[in-house]
Amino acid sequence: MRFGVVVFPGSNCEQDVVHAVRLLGFEADYVWHQDSDLDGFDAVVLPGGFSYGDYIRTGAVARFSPVMSEVVRFAEKGRPVLGICNGFQILTEARLLPGALLRNRGLKFICRPVHLRVDGSCSWLDLPMGTVLKIPINHNEGNYVCDEAVLSQMRENGQVVLRYCEKDGSSAGAGSAPNGALDDIAGICNERGNVFGLMPHPERVVDPITGGNDGQAFFTTVVRRLAEFES
Amino acid sequence: MPIKDLSPELAPDLAVELGLKPDEYEKIVDILGRVPTVTELYMYSLMWSEHCSYKHSRKALSMFKSDGPRVLQGPGENAGVISVGDGWAVAFKMESHNHPSAIEPYQGAATGIGGIIRDIFTMGARPIAALDSLRFGMLSEARQRYLFEGSVAGIGGYGNCLGVPTVGGEVYFEEAYEGNCLINAMAIGLMREEDLTRAVAAGPGNVVLLIGSTTGRDGIGGASVLASQEFDERAEDKRPAVQVGDPFEEKLLIEACLELLGKKLLVGLGDLGAAGLTSSASEMASRGGVGMDVDVAKIPARELGMKPFEFMVSESQERMLAVVEPEKLAEALAICGKWGLCATVIGEVTDTGRFVVRSGDEVHADMPAATLAHDAPVYDPPRERPSYLDAVQAFDPFAELELPGARGLAGRQEPSGESAENAGSADLGETLLGLLASPNICSRRWIWEQYDHQVMLNTVVIPGGDAAVLRIGDTGRGEMTRRAIAVSSDCNGRYCYLDPYVGAQIAVAEAARNVTCAGGDPAAVTDCLNFGSPEKPEVFWTLYEAVRGMADACKAFDVPVISGNVSFYNESFGRPIYPTPTVGLVGLLDDVERHCTLDFKDEGDVIVLVGESEAELGGSEYLKVEHDLVAGCPPALDLELEKSVQAAVRDAIASGLVKSAHDCSDGGLAVALAESCIAGGIGANVHLTDGLPPIASLFGETQSRIVVTVTDKAAEELVSRLIAAEVPFSVIGSVGGERLVIDGLVDGSLGDDSGDGGNDNDGRLTLVGLVDIMVDDLRDAYEGALERAVRGEVRS
Repeated sequence: MRFGVVVFPGSNCEQDVVHAVRLLGFEADYVWHQDSDLDGFDAVVLPGGFSYGDYIRTGAVARFSPVMSEVVRFAEKGRPVLGICNGFQILTEARLLPGALLRNRGLKFICRPVHLRVDGSCSWLDLPMGTVLKIPINHNEGNYVCDEAVLSQMRENGQVVLRYCEKDGSSAGAGSAPNGALDDIAGICNERGNVFGLMPHPERVVDPITGGNDGQAFFTTVVRRLAEFES
Repeated sequence: MPIKDLSPELAPDLAVELGLKPDEYEKIVDILGRVPTVTELYMYSLMWSEHCSYKHSRKALSMFKSDGPRVLQGPGENAGVISVGDGWAVAFKMESHNHPSAIEPYQGAATGIGGIIRDIFTMGARPIAALDSLRFGMLSEARQRYLFEGSVAGIGGYGNCLGVPTVGGEVYFEEAYEGNCLINAMAIGLMREEDLTRAVAAGPGNVVLLIGSTTGRDGIGGASVLASQEFDERAEDKRPAVQVGDPFEEKLLIEACLELLGKKLLVGLGDLGAAGLTSSASEMASRGGVGMDVDVAKIPARELGMKPFEFMVSESQERMLAVVEPEKLAEALAICGKWGLCATVIGEVTDTGRFVVRSGDEVHADMPAATLAHDAPVYDPPRERPSYLDAVQAFDPFAELELPGARGLAGRQEPSGESAENAGSADLGETLLGLLASPNICSRRWIWEQYDHQVMLNTVVIPGGDAAVLRIGDTGRGEMTRRAIAVSSDCNGRYCYLDPYVGAQIAVAEAARNVTCAGGDPAAVTDCLNFGSPEKPEVFWTLYEAVRGMADACKAFDVPVISGNVSFYNESFGRPIYPTPTVGLVGLLDDVERHCTLDFKDEGDVIVLVGESEAELGGSEYLKVEHDLVAGCPPALDLELEKSVQAAVRDAIASGLVKSAHDCSDGGLAVALAESCIAGGIGANVHLTDGLPPIASLFGETQSRIVVTVTDKAAEELVSRLIAAEVPFSVIGSVGGERLVIDGLVDGSLGDDSGDGGNDNDGRLTLVGLVDIMVDDLRDAYEGALERAVRGEVRS
């Protein structure tokens, strides 16, 4: 089981993802953004950071990197793709996921652990509905938006996998997400469930000494499901 | 070749305009044996400015001890480096970016981060953490809120993009910084010892490579115009001298330079900071005892029509200078290209020892390289004890103030009456809430939640505690260790104003105490000395005393000063800031699992105060908040006591005895207890038997005190260790409940008219309730205060 972690100029969480994956006992290697070969990788992660500085819309330049057309093909084959933070932003720019991520409502960068409720499942996460996870967010543009038609379609299809919530899993009320995200959306998947994007950073919580282990499930789930699929 | 730009009749005037003193100009003429060119004048004026040459402070700085068994690199390079064990080393340094930030806070602070981070990876280390020490005027002023918000946003905007966690720092708000805010940035890097790199040019015939951004007119004269002069009403006109940062470019530079160094492709590497190319090239050449020949026509320019001197002194950000052997050039250029970086050969190393600046065939400067970097005049400025000191130090709060809880509280006390039991608690409780909400004490969460403090996955203790703790390991290479560092930056400028010698000692002691509370053993220090104009004897005296204090304290703790920075001319309209010698201290932990945090943990844990409270209120936050006074003597510091308190706590933490540790500093014991309650979400019952006036007992800022908790079972062990170590302590209570309840023994005799009362156990000490507040109420006061102040909801 081998994860490919894409490195764009300006990515800054690629080492963290590789470290987290290896800590959990799986293989991971870097994929340079100018490579156009994902052969040999079972899953692909677009890590957090500031690709190309994100001086215009976040992820807007990265989606034109050579590797992205290969990531699109990889996703179309049904292989698992995960976008974390800037990776999520890039997935929306590449149209692999619907919607967009605007600046946080308070117009400030936020680095803070948040509570998340599992409201759906995908290749990367299939915990019981209602499970509450504590994972840090770390972004300036995490305010998810999409049009109403897309939202109701995503709800119907169970594509909203993670929502910001209170400690006990309850909703804090409309518009209560720390970044102002629509419907408290923290993470969504595509219809097939193989492409998953989220603003929180699961790779930051795989080791209790640095904050917890609620992030382990994302990496172990995709490995287990791939193994099930292949057997 | 002909020398261009010679104009003997204009040169002396230009020299003055550039800030050179007449005798400095004469010295340049002597060195060159002729009148300097325009380009040469610009280059000398920058390299001989206070900012680059330390010409006023150099002699005083020699009081610092900068060597030690761990020191791999002391002052004189871009950063100091110490060994941390198992072949790992950390590089660190602190630097100011005060003046740019006072003009344009976002870019000023952002480029301050950029500069200090470059100093770190220039040494061959990967930057792993940043800390920021900030000072502003009062937040009741709109401009101060603008400066504060802008600086925090700039630090976040730059540091977050780089992927370097910002793990700590401090901030104070005082009127003294109103016209001149302080932005001191500290960065720490990690490397293998064998990867230590120096900014040296060597090997005549080797090429000089400029890597990174193009060169423009931004930041011209930053070191001389901004950093080496004080502010007046024309400050806004200096905005063009502030550089603009590009953190994306810097991120690429980090990766490319570490790859270049890792593949051993460079002879030397230097960063272009203050004084730009002039500084990095002349310093690299003079360290290597070689010359350098630079052709400015080859430098990629950001704008048209730039003159040779502008290329040489531009402070355009995100640029590095590398010396490369010709046969390795192609590979080096390929790596730069891979990272999308511009890399241009702009000259070569020569054996002449001269720094020659050409534009094609025209020579614009030709001088001995070493004279730029090392021949700046060294001054021994006159110093004179400031006249204000006698007045402020003569103030005795106990004699001159009506302090509630001493005479007032005890006076209201009915010796046996139940009804009066808590007579003082409402007042003192309000005072505690007021202190917790003071911008100088309240939670800094509003700041550090705007910083990525976790990236790189080594942050074990996040901001908000006494010191941040970082695991030593390279996640990128998969090389993790059990070792850790604890880091803190500290300086109470108010103490330094009231007594620079003691204040500076306390800055070192507190940084060491913070690191100790996290379980770290203090290893080395960097500093950033922020003062007014050294040309004023009263200001220079404060610098001298502060350096003497720091040096004495560092010697006592046996921590070398391995790097640092001096920032003078921090004045506006003739008023200097408080003397602010900021200390950045790095401590070591052998076992990351044996770190400690400040939060109270479990019901029933025993609270021990290590150290001893004295009746000290001078310079306290209490006096400032409640009486609007900055006066008195700062708390006394007994370095031997401080060392023994810290050693005892450190040993107890390393033995796994301690569940929480928190130092008593601003706001005193009551604030320390409240912070531990807030962080732990649990209350405490405390009995203070020091017999001091309650105000001093609760809010006095006596040094050398640490609040420690242990389990009921471990209490005996801790106590016997403290007795054996002859460290003063008292068992003051226990953790539990939802309230912070503090009782104190109050001298009943103070209330009557006998006048001869005292704390001499005359049988009239009475137990009185002093504080009784829900932890939730403590938290409300503490957590939201800074955001309220930023929104302008606080009036002073």
